Amino acid sequence: MRILLDQFTKSFGRLTVINKMDLEINDGEMIALLGPSGCGKSTTLFAICGIHRVSGGRILFGGKDVSNIPSQQRNVGVVFQSYALYPHLTVAENIGFPLMIRKESKAEIARKVDEIAELVHIGNLLERRPAQLSGGQQQRVALARALVRKPDVLLLDEPLANLDAKLRLEMRSEIRRIQLETGITAVLVTHDQVEAMSMCDRIAIMNEGRIVQIAEPMEMYKNPVSDFVAGFLGNPPIAFVDGVVTDGQFVTASGAMAVSLPFNDGARERKIRLGIRPEFFGPGGAQPVAGKITFVEAQGRETLYDVALEDGQILRSIQTATNTATVGEKVNWGIDVENILLFDEDGVRL
Amino acid sequence: MTSNYRSWPMILALGVVTIPLVLMYVYLFVDTVTNTAPGSVVPHEFTGEHWRFLWETLPGRPSIYVATLNTFVFATATTLIVLAISSTAGYAISRLNVPFRAFFLAGVMVLHAFPTVTLIIAIFLILQFIGLYNTLIGVILVKAALELPFGIWIMKGFYDTVPWEIEMAGIQDGASRLTVWRKLVLPQVMPAVMALGIFSFLAGWSEFILPLVLAPDNKVQVLSVYLAALIADDNNFDMALFKSVGVFYVVPVIIMFLFFQGKLMSIYGGGTKG
Repeated sequence: MRILLDQFTKSFGRLTVINKMDLEINDGEMIALLGPSGCGKSTTLFAICGIHRVSGGRILFGGKDVSNIPSQQRNVGVVFQSYALYPHLTVAENIGFPLMIRKESKAEIARKVDEIAELVHIGNLLERRPAQLSGGQQQRVALARALVRKPDVLLLDEPLANLDAKLRLEMRSEIRRIQLETGITAVLVTHDQVEAMSMCDRIAIMNEGRIVQIAEPMEMYKNPVSDFVAGFLGNPPIAFVDGVVTDGQFVTASGAMAVSLPFNDGARERKIRLGIRPEFFGPGGAQPVAGKITFVEAQGRETLYDVALEDGQILRSIQTATNTATVGEKVNWGIDVENILLFDEDGVRL
Repeated sequence: MTSNYRSWPMILALGVVTIPLVLMYVYLFVDTVTNTAPGSVVPHEFTGEHWRFLWETLPGRPSIYVATLNTFVFATATTLIVLAISSTAGYAISRLNVPFRAFFLAGVMVLHAFPTVTLIIAIFLILQFIGLYNTLIGVILVKAALELPFGIWIMKGFYDTVPWEIEMAGIQDGASRLTVWRKLVLPQVMPAVMALGIFSFLAGWSEFILPLVLAPDNKVQVLSVYLAALIADDNNFDMALFKSVGVFYVVPVIIMFLFFQGKLMSIYGGGTKG
């Protein structure tokens, strides 16, 4: 079902957390609300499911305005960060709870529970209690409970935050598989850009209660609208260098780094910020800069380097593990200027 | 089990200190079924006469069974009222936006600390005025009211430990607030409800001052008042009879302790269990 937030506003007392936000989520789409903590992404999620009342604007499910409909009647499935399983009920009773509330027959409930348990691969755990399950299994139960009554929209509030690294990888693809198989519209709230990029069709990146950019993951990675978005996406993160550009020649204040850019704003001096992703800085780049390696992080297949320029400015570089440069070594690596991101002094992409 | 210190010196010390208590309990039981000559500590004959209150009504006293039934009704009714109100009021204070919440909580605390005796004359006058003096209902209401602050406070503490996500999940699953409380939250605090129920029952069972002042009549007399009247009666003074009634009075309590030991412990052990 298509979800529309129209001029959605939420305030707590006198504090306005979200001001006039517009967001359209297409039918069957999985969208990520990505942002640092306190940016309003969870508030938005709780408003969609009806835990928070909206202070202004409308929320539409399909063509229907649900802004003033209580949570119970909204038909939204929610997976909470802590899973919120009911500890005194078995897995089957947990999953069947929404159906029991709807007073469906026992046989019907049993059939639907079996069906959904099959989908999330927990068919053999139905008689256990939540305390006897691992984190990943609890997660699956929470998903099953959210999906069993065929909700219009599935909301996931940091669903992977409580899992260990290996399970997180597994559940990332599992949640996406289940979402694709059921074709349900889903909203994922996360502060982890890897989750957002790997699981979702589109990302809405939020900051201070506003949506900064909505785009498909790779599009957002390649063409961020601001330095905030560029800095949020990508691991290891992008490095920013401030300086001035004159006639296409960029130089930092200390003069430690000077490159010519494929960007010409005439002879006038202009303050500008460069965003250099680690994959576009390394040996063999077109425009070399002198620096010293200050940190090496071996990640197995790849190695990550921090390179300090003469004035202490850090650039990051990621390379295949065949490179054997060590800490303290002086290097003269180049920058691939064609792939540099340029921002003006306010952080807006040029 | 191996321990990192020797336990026998401690056991010995505790044993010595406990001997007077043990002796008291032993003689309490021994004296109810034997006769001892004056000046002696060793009983010289067995007898059942001290338990005669079981098959005959003592002069001027109500039947022991009437008193027992009264005590049972008193303790049970008090418990039910305390459980019903504490489990709902505790939830309201823990979760709902009640006006004057902080004030109410502080008030409950003060009420709990308030000594019952200071109120007893006022309560007596009120019951007299509304016609509940010398009735079980009156003394039940008073006892329940005085137990409530403790109950509400305990239940509120347990509700606080139930994660709010469970309630939100219940709401999302389509359940009303009442259903969420009844089906999802209440089961989480069941150990507290059990323990509070047992405490209330025991408190009611052993309550003395309220029934003594507010319901002294033979018809509505409870065991504690019955027992006190025995020892206060100078004309028919009988220590062994008093002890026998005393044993009769504590037996249900002991049985309850044996049954509900585990539940009782959990009131201090924290909220949810997996």
